[in-house]
Amino acid sequence: MYSKELERGDRICPKCGFHFRISAQQRIDLLLDTGWEELYSQVQPSDPLSFKDTKPYKERLKLYQNRTGDEDALLVIAGSIEGMPVILAVMNYAFMGGSMGSVVGEKVTLAAEEALRRRAPLIVVAASGGARMQEGILSLMQMAKISAALARLREEGIPYISLLTDPTTGGVTASFAMLGDLNIAEPGALIGFAGPRVIEQTIRQSLPEGFQRAEFLLEKGFLDMVVPRTEMKETLARALRHFSGRLARSA
Amino acid sequence: MATTEQNFEQPLVDLRRRIEELQGYPEGGHDAEVERLRRTLDKCTREVFSNLNRWQKTLVARHFDRPYTLDYVEHLMSDWIEIHGDRRFSDDPAIVTGFATFRGRSVCVVGHQKGRGTKQRIRCNFGQPRPEGYRKALRAFELAEKFDLPVLTFVDTPGAYPGIGAEERGQAEAIARNLVEMASLKVPVIVTVTGEGGSGGALALGIGNRVFMLQYSIYSVISPEGCAAILWKDQNRKADAAEALRLTAPDLLDLGVVDGVIDEPLGGAHVDVPTTCARVGDVLHQTLEELAQMSPSQLVEDRHAKFRALGEIEGRPHL
Repeated sequence: MYSKELERGDRICPKCGFHFRISAQQRIDLLLDTGWEELYSQVQPSDPLSFKDTKPYKERLKLYQNRTGDEDALLVIAGSIEGMPVILAVMNYAFMGGSMGSVVGEKVTLAAEEALRRRAPLIVVAASGGARMQEGILSLMQMAKISAALARLREEGIPYISLLTDPTTGGVTASFAMLGDLNIAEPGALIGFAGPRVIEQTIRQSLPEGFQRAEFLLEKGFLDMVVPRTEMKETLARALRHFSGRLARSA
Repeated sequence: MATTEQNFEQPLVDLRRRIEELQGYPEGGHDAEVERLRRTLDKCTREVFSNLNRWQKTLVARHFDRPYTLDYVEHLMSDWIEIHGDRRFSDDPAIVTGFATFRGRSVCVVGHQKGRGTKQRIRCNFGQPRPEGYRKALRAFELAEKFDLPVLTFVDTPGAYPGIGAEERGQAEAIARNLVEMASLKVPVIVTVTGEGGSGGALALGIGNRVFMLQYSIYSVISPEGCAAILWKDQNRKADAAEALRLTAPDLLDLGVVDGVIDEPLGGAHVDVPTTCARVGDVLHQTLEELAQMSPSQLVEDRHAKFRALGEIEGRPHL
């Protein structure tokens, strides 16, 4: 596989259709019309537990900040899809495995609140290994915080679409990623609560082929559709046109 | 029975056994010796329990004799009626749900159940719920709302079960759904972490207006063993992981995650279950009285505000 060939397209293998992971930046370009604005970029991580394993958390953060150029594992964007205003939150798996700590929790919550204020649909693109251990219990509490914010969107009739990409596991799956009015995934994405290794260790047997892949979840009834990257924007636009009537009437 | 790992407790267990033996002699006459041993036991227990590290507290939280949800029901409530099943797939014994009278009020009770004795433990899957457990809990929450009953939850689980069937039936969705629905309940919700608060599997019963923890209970994003395996690449560093995670009740009080810590009897909840239950009962009763003053919309608002405030960041936007 030639990397140039991959970069030219959408990082999809032209031969087998395999979807390689892409950055948050690439995702934004693929989904939104040109002319968008980043929100809440000032929100930065702290080290509430003064956590240290083999390396201090503060050092790890610096490492990933330098490597990715981002403050943490999620960007919030105000933009539009085929002319329809949306609030888009995109996780970056390259930043500490897309782990959810206070910043991710705060920014998804802020995104939901912004969607409520603007009466615009919310789209969250998940790519995460789960909650961030280095912020301990505060990471777990982000699941609760975000879910409460999403409850508000439901009451107010604001559409929320969850887009699940490879991989989406742990506390991210067990909160906002599974709570979309629509849950849409990319082909082949690993999606689950427990990671495959944990399950294998628990049940002491190997897992069946295709287990916890997007197509498996579609079959089991937890996704609405599995959509190739190339058709994602158009699919989101079609769904949002159906769901936005109430917003237009209340605007 | 103590697990073998709990060797810090072994001298206390030995002393208690010796006292029981002496008291059991039919001819009696050991009163002075029993009294002396009692004083020794008291002194040793104080010493051991005032110096527990976070890993040792984790072991106390997991103690096999620790009171479970049904113990609180038995000691604090009457007219208990347990309900079963999620109406979708099956019943999950790892979560018990029902209704009871608590100090003059009907309440909805939802809690993890680890099971007592090997047979029950296996039946309860060691307190690790499957999706149907969380969906049964949701049924109970909805009934509580329908009949305007306060909800009392008791949290004590190593975590939601990581198995093939659990994944197939949507473990993540079941937990996520409970988070949203619990946040939106129009009745008072009080959460008590009584043993192990194991990550998402605990949080799925954990969205309350007030959250309390027993003194030696723990609540964590991941188990010390899991954290050690991932971050230290060595399961044996679990004590270091427990320290780093700051997972004890006083830690969570410091972090603002819980509203209060309920003191356990000297030696831990398992040495005096009636006293433990009574203390929990007093806190629940007083809190119910407070929450009874709130309207349904105030209760929802209060719960949202409580969880909205959690998390530590730099550069919070002023909106």
